[in-house]
Amino acid sequence: MNDQPASAYFLQTTRAPVESHTLSIVVDNEPGVLARVIGLFSGRGYNIESLTVSETEHEAHVSRITIVTSGTAMVLEQIRAQLERLVPVHSVADLTVIGNAIERELALIKVAGEGEHRVEALRLADAFRARVVDASNKSFVFELTGKTRKVDQFITLMQPLGLIEVVRTGIAAISRGPEAVKV
Amino acid sequence: MLQKSDQESEMASKEPEMMTGAEMVLRALADQGVEHLFGYPGGAVLPIYDEIFQQDKVRHILVRHEQGATHAAEGYARSTGKPGVVLVTSGPGATNAVTGLTDALMDSIPIVVISGQVPTHLIGNDAFQECDTVGITRPCTKHNYLVRSVNDLARVLHEAFYVAMHGRPGPVVVDIPKDVQFATGPYVGPSNIKHKTYKPRIKGDPRAIEAAVDVLSTARRPVIYSGGGVINSGPEASRLLREFVKLSGYPITSTLMGLGAFPASDEHWLGMLGMHGTYEANLAMHDCDAMLCVGARFDDRITGRTDAFSPGSKKIHIDIDASSINKNIRVDIPIIGDCANVLGDIIAAWKKRKVKPDAEAMGHWWSQIQAWRQRDCLKYRRNDDVIMPQFAIERLYAATRGKDVYITTEVGQHQMWAAQFYRFEEPNRWMTSGGLGTMGYGLPSSIGVQVAHPESLVIDIAGDASVLMTMQEMSTAVQYRLPIKIFILNNQYMGMVRQWQQLLHGNRVSESYVESQPDFVKLAEAYGCFGMRCDKPAELDTAIAEMINVKAPVLFDCRVANLANCFPMIPSGKAHNEMLLGEDVSEEEVEGAIGAAGKVLV
Repeated sequence: MNDQPASAYFLQTTRAPVESHTLSIVVDNEPGVLARVIGLFSGRGYNIESLTVSETEHEAHVSRITIVTSGTAMVLEQIRAQLERLVPVHSVADLTVIGNAIERELALIKVAGEGEHRVEALRLADAFRARVVDASNKSFVFELTGKTRKVDQFITLMQPLGLIEVVRTGIAAISRGPEAVKV
Repeated sequence: MLQKSDQESEMASKEPEMMTGAEMVLRALADQGVEHLFGYPGGAVLPIYDEIFQQDKVRHILVRHEQGATHAAEGYARSTGKPGVVLVTSGPGATNAVTGLTDALMDSIPIVVISGQVPTHLIGNDAFQECDTVGITRPCTKHNYLVRSVNDLARVLHEAFYVAMHGRPGPVVVDIPKDVQFATGPYVGPSNIKHKTYKPRIKGDPRAIEAAVDVLSTARRPVIYSGGGVINSGPEASRLLREFVKLSGYPITSTLMGLGAFPASDEHWLGMLGMHGTYEANLAMHDCDAMLCVGARFDDRITGRTDAFSPGSKKIHIDIDASSINKNIRVDIPIIGDCANVLGDIIAAWKKRKVKPDAEAMGHWWSQIQAWRQRDCLKYRRNDDVIMPQFAIERLYAATRGKDVYITTEVGQHQMWAAQFYRFEEPNRWMTSGGLGTMGYGLPSSIGVQVAHPESLVIDIAGDASVLMTMQEMSTAVQYRLPIKIFILNNQYMGMVRQWQQLLHGNRVSESYVESQPDFVKLAEAYGCFGMRCDKPAELDTAIAEMINVKAPVLFDCRVANLANCFPMIPSGKAHNEMLLGEDVSEEEVEGAIGAAGKVLV
């Protein structure tokens, strides 16, 4: 019956479902721009599940920040509006709303082991199309690209086989079809 | 002669003028039409102060604390519609400006703060009077800049003014390292500055405007709820708001920040709404079937319990800032755009359709509002022996009515009484710290207002606790012969804190009583201004008349009833239709007003 958010007058727990959305933010590549974006998230209590940032158009001094965030529909709408309010932000696209975006992340996974474990790890890596980028007598470093769920699954499988360390880039995402998300 | 001017124009078209960073600052201010600058010198801004010394286009007002400079700039901006400008040094100069920056951000006041910084090669070295100014001020400015090269300085300065003034106004900081102030570079004028990303939307979506007119024209119990955005938008927005009320005959209420956009003497005026708003305004908001919110943001002081806020209404929200839409209250028709522009479009559509509101429904609605008005929610117990604070403001209003007067306030009970009992007819006449609630705002703010309007009467309605927070600025007022009137409602308490302690904390008045106060009359004399005291209702009118006539800054110590509280009030955790009214509030009602859950709220 009540879809209004919490207020300073009234403590209430919101029952609206929490969704996870991927935002693609085009910003001027100027000092402090990442701090502005991150500061907005921490200052207003929004979640960051994944964050990637890199300059994408060197000539235009433009960077793209991809953030996976979660919240109720109302919070997600706020996040978008608050981001658009930042002066160096060119545009904010909610790829989850646009729909069916391609989302990928890259993981580097170090696995150490001998004998059967080593063979099994290699076999699984092959099945997941992970590449061996470093090898020693006792270890491998795999490079794996894919959807978050695929990376998660691979890591789970490596756990009993001598998983040592995982490094992940976070999600990079792009919309399908011929059009670019507007800059 | 002719030859020379030819040469000059040739210079201007071909090669940009070269000058030092410090010269650029003064040149950019002059080119932006800045006449006054509030500031305080220090090591990292000495080159700029040297330039100030050598020119006479921009007048510098020396404050006594950087917080005072920011509030003075806010008062200047709020009362003129022009940006206020501040100059402070690095380190403590910048950190002292943080309160004013936050205040300006919360109330959307355009100010530009120029701060000195240690030389670029020392940044990050914990140098003397170094602080990470852009880091510290990032969350409390609309935007900020650290200028690392003199080649960017002129553009950044002009951009700062553009960002501060356009869209939803706000504070902008430009941090300039000392070596950049000394370095020489090309100056560019303000004309060709265009921000590449920041282009706020001015014009409302025509379909949304049509939909809004559909809702408004068929409403049976409409209400207009206006806010500070109308004042920020400029005098045209206030004019259009008045025109629309006249056209439609709909009742109108306003937030604290919006007072003056609509004249309080008009019959359609319901008074301020919100926590200490009038009964009729809050009940009208609760029971309406169509709400037109113009340049306000559904702040928690306005809405009370959001789940019980105006449950039966279609809500239309005009705001230039998309992030204000659906933040606190879900609205049916959002219109992103400038208040004046959108109001103009609504009026045009209204006239084109020749809307005639349902006369019978409007008759019922107005008679209902009349019934609420009869509750006379602002009444208080008169007293012949002690000055009631409400009475003091009524008398002040009576004495200044029709005059060219500007009112500022501090924060607390006196602020709410001023909002309730002083009646504003024009925009830009009311300067108060709404969003941040900064005690100590009023005195320096009145200095800024008086600098901008030297011939006008400027009064700070103050509280005894608040006014001491920035009292040192009396010295500024004396130095520049600014005849501000500080009208202190002195009850020896932090009245609003005490009121909450009485309501929420079993009347345990913890640390809100000021046991030792300065003698305000002697304090005034010590500053070299005029001090006066009044504690008898019968003498108040004469005293106020004297205060107005004195051609000097005045500290007026108005001794008021110590234990008066501010009503009506919507207690924490309650809805608009559960107000506590003034005189008839019993002890039990006060005790039971706020439940255990309400106590943890603000």
